[in-house]
Amino acid sequence: MNAEVKFLWHKETDVSGLDMIIVPGGFSYGDYLRSGAIARFSPIMQELIGYAKRGGPVMGICNGFQIVLEAGLIPGAMRHNEQLKFICKDVHIRVESTQSMYTSSLHKGQVLTIPVSHGEGNYYIDNDGLKELQDNDQVLFRYVNAHGETTPEANINGSVDHIAGITNKQKNVLGMMPHPERAMEQLLGKEDGKQLFESILQALAVA
Amino acid sequence: MFKAKVNVTLRPSILDPKGKAAHHALQNLGLTNIEGVRIGKFIEIDVQASNEEEARGIVESACSKLLANEVMEDFEIQFES
Repeated sequence: MNAEVKFLWHKETDVSGLDMIIVPGGFSYGDYLRSGAIARFSPIMQELIGYAKRGGPVMGICNGFQIVLEAGLIPGAMRHNEQLKFICKDVHIRVESTQSMYTSSLHKGQVLTIPVSHGEGNYYIDNDGLKELQDNDQVLFRYVNAHGETTPEANINGSVDHIAGITNKQKNVLGMMPHPERAMEQLLGKEDGKQLFESILQALAVA
Repeated sequence: MFKAKVNVTLRPSILDPKGKAAHHALQNLGLTNIEGVRIGKFIEIDVQASNEEEARGIVESACSKLLANEVMEDFEIQFES
């Protein structure tokens, strides 16, 4: 996508000169204790937390979402999937807000098909926290069916309010369970994820 | 040295899928008197400290920083006498 990417090792402590940081998926530290709980204390994370608090864009995908949650950059926590299964399949998510750099080029109500691959993606937040997320327009993506409806079956892992992706209050930190980076090329089956990265690049170019 | 025994449990209001699955299996085994199962973590910690109060402070800090996620979990600390 014509963007230069720099890989940062977890022991590194220099995050200068970056336009944004993506915390990818995986199973850091074997998911021991809780997903993301140990990775949250790696040296790079201390720098990343500072970067995010200064307003730097940070996107956590899957295990990356769990890590930014554990780091307290986004409110809430992850439980095991409601039906206790590891879910690895394409799901539909609906764009709920375009008031963020991540979704500004997308359309509200647009349905994207993006794969998920996780065992602990059952998002939890208490009622007051949820209300705050809703009032501040922090929910960017919800799990829906192919028609864009939030049916009970569409909520694949049991997440509170069908939440698939949310931001912090300042909207510079996004956490999402689906993997947009795995939907980048029609030749490989799907490319809806590309629109999300195009939106980000566009927002960064303007900024 | 002090030996702490820590129980980390999901808050009562939080759905526990693992406990639910175990409960379901126990029902299938005919243990129908069992009305609910909740699964948490049991952690043993050895602490170097000059008294129990100091040891408790250290273990509490370990729990709230890392061992328990206080968004959804509670912890309880006991010392072996």
